[in-house]
Amino acid sequence: MNNSTNSDAQREVGNSLWRDAFLRMRKNRLALVSFWLVVLMLAFCFVVAWFCPNPDKIDLDNKFSGPSASHLLGTDQLGRDIFSRTLFGGQISLLVGFVATTVAIGIGIVVGAASGYAGGRTDAIIMRSVDTLFAIPFLVVVIVLQVVIAEWTKNASGWIVENWDWDKKLTSRIANIIPLFIALGLFGWLTLARIVRAQVLSLKEQEFVEAAKALGYTRMRILFRHIIPNTLGPTVVYATLTVPGFIMYEATLSYLGLGVEAPNSSWGILIRDGANFLETEPQLLIIPGLFFSLTLLALNFLGDGLRDALDPKASKD
Amino acid sequence: MLRFIANRFLQGIIVLIALYTITFFLIKAMPGDPFTGEKNIAEETKELMREKYGLNDSVFTQYFLYLKNVFTEGSLGISTSKAHSVNEMIGQSFPVSCVLGITALLIAIAVGVPLGVASAVRQNSWIDYSSMAWAMIGICVPAFTVGPILQIFLAMKLPLFNVAGWSSPRDVVLPAITLGLVTTAYIARLTRSGMLEILSQDYIRTAHAKGLPISRVVMKHALRGGLLPAVAYIGPAFAALISGSFIVETIFQVPGMGQHFVNATKARDPFLLQGVVLFFGLLIVIMNLAADILTGLLNPRVRLTQE
Repeated sequence: MNNSTNSDAQREVGNSLWRDAFLRMRKNRLALVSFWLVVLMLAFCFVVAWFCPNPDKIDLDNKFSGPSASHLLGTDQLGRDIFSRTLFGGQISLLVGFVATTVAIGIGIVVGAASGYAGGRTDAIIMRSVDTLFAIPFLVVVIVLQVVIAEWTKNASGWIVENWDWDKKLTSRIANIIPLFIALGLFGWLTLARIVRAQVLSLKEQEFVEAAKALGYTRMRILFRHIIPNTLGPTVVYATLTVPGFIMYEATLSYLGLGVEAPNSSWGILIRDGANFLETEPQLLIIPGLFFSLTLLALNFLGDGLRDALDPKASKD
Repeated sequence: MLRFIANRFLQGIIVLIALYTITFFLIKAMPGDPFTGEKNIAEETKELMREKYGLNDSVFTQYFLYLKNVFTEGSLGISTSKAHSVNEMIGQSFPVSCVLGITALLIAIAVGVPLGVASAVRQNSWIDYSSMAWAMIGICVPAFTVGPILQIFLAMKLPLFNVAGWSSPRDVVLPAITLGLVTTAYIARLTRSGMLEILSQDYIRTAHAKGLPISRVVMKHALRGGLLPAVAYIGPAFAALISGSFIVETIFQVPGMGQHFVNATKARDPFLLQGVVLFFGLLIVIMNLAADILTGLLNPRVRLTQE
């Protein structure tokens, strides 16, 4: 396998891992549709949303109105635009999913690679700790951790507003979602650490690593430039499958009133609020629920497709 | 086998101590104590309460005192918000969560295993595609969407069940379906991939070649190995069903353990929170141990390589 990180060099080789994967992926229609659905969802939530009516504008004369030119999908119990609320809620949900996954991936790669590359006693200690953390009830600890960090960021945001003169509303909005990034990311890296470690264990015995050693490269350089880039395949697959999981956790926490708080909103909050009017105004739950479930479906199918494309051996089942 | 079990048992104890340590210091890191928010209580009373609950001792004294109480008396402390013994509160709510969890798990096994087996035996047929599509939808639609929809259709429009509450045996049905949905989906997927792997083995081909009917090949030869991934998942899944049902308990107002956990978090009730978390942890450790032993019995290779 080509161990260069330079994309031009990879293109010359012609049949790199990524090109192979791309060719296989193109045949998987479900994964392709899912990919474009995810892109579309991101475009809607992060671009189209800014051209929609203000999601927080209350209009009590116009509540529960049906779809119209000014409100594409109608309005909610306070006369707020449902479409724009769903898109802005999606911003937070997707942001939490992607950022928390990035945090988890970062920790997982570093711990897994260090453990696998160091080997010996370091490896044994790290992997025992990972085993132990694995058996701990994830959601329970995340909830307690989230409450603790939320309190810290609340204090920190107050300090920032006072001393640095930041916008109070914006700061508290940001301070409200940061704990979710940290709490989910801090516990979500365990599986990835195991995957990366297993990869590193087999990679470090291969010839190209020996060649790099013979060239006199430092251990750090070999690890970061030659070994870690080769673990990216499984990492990308795992990341794609983690994002929907984290979006679900965020919705669960927010549903319980322990995650995102007003004025922020997320799909979890919209679904919770919508459930109160389900009997008479079902669209309040169904619209955000549909966006939420479609995104999760697309991400899961995309992850499955990527796994099949990157690891043809596993694609038989 | 005995060494294997002893090994796993020891690991379970380490997990519990780690869990206790992590949650203890997290709870200590929560700002304020359970009485700071109470405006109706005089400052002297609060001080007396803190003294009574031992909240004025040094952190390390508290850490070891609680541990000592757990080991010597089996006492998980007293709830500061409800003024009840945590053991009693768990004792009352655990059976409820247990009934709900077991029903959900039974539904999940009864639906998930046949779906998975059928998908594997008829791979790439419409049965396979439709049941895997259903499984994926089950994973992606959250309980807080399914729950209210079930309430509307099966309790309000068609008055088959009560909307919420926990008074008659029928009340277990809707929450159990909602709770079991994700587990059903995972069991179906795991059974399918496990069965596919086994069905491609040589000894299955031999069984076919001997002229055995498909039903017999599947039931007698493939099922034992094919169910392994699902069995390994069921132990932890059961613990997760019991400890992770706060959403379903909230929607259907079921008086289980989930509500204690959520309330304790919101009320900063240190002993209730600690007690419930430790109890969840114990449950998970026991279930993992049971799953390991069961896997070891079904597959001797696992137990030999891990001894």
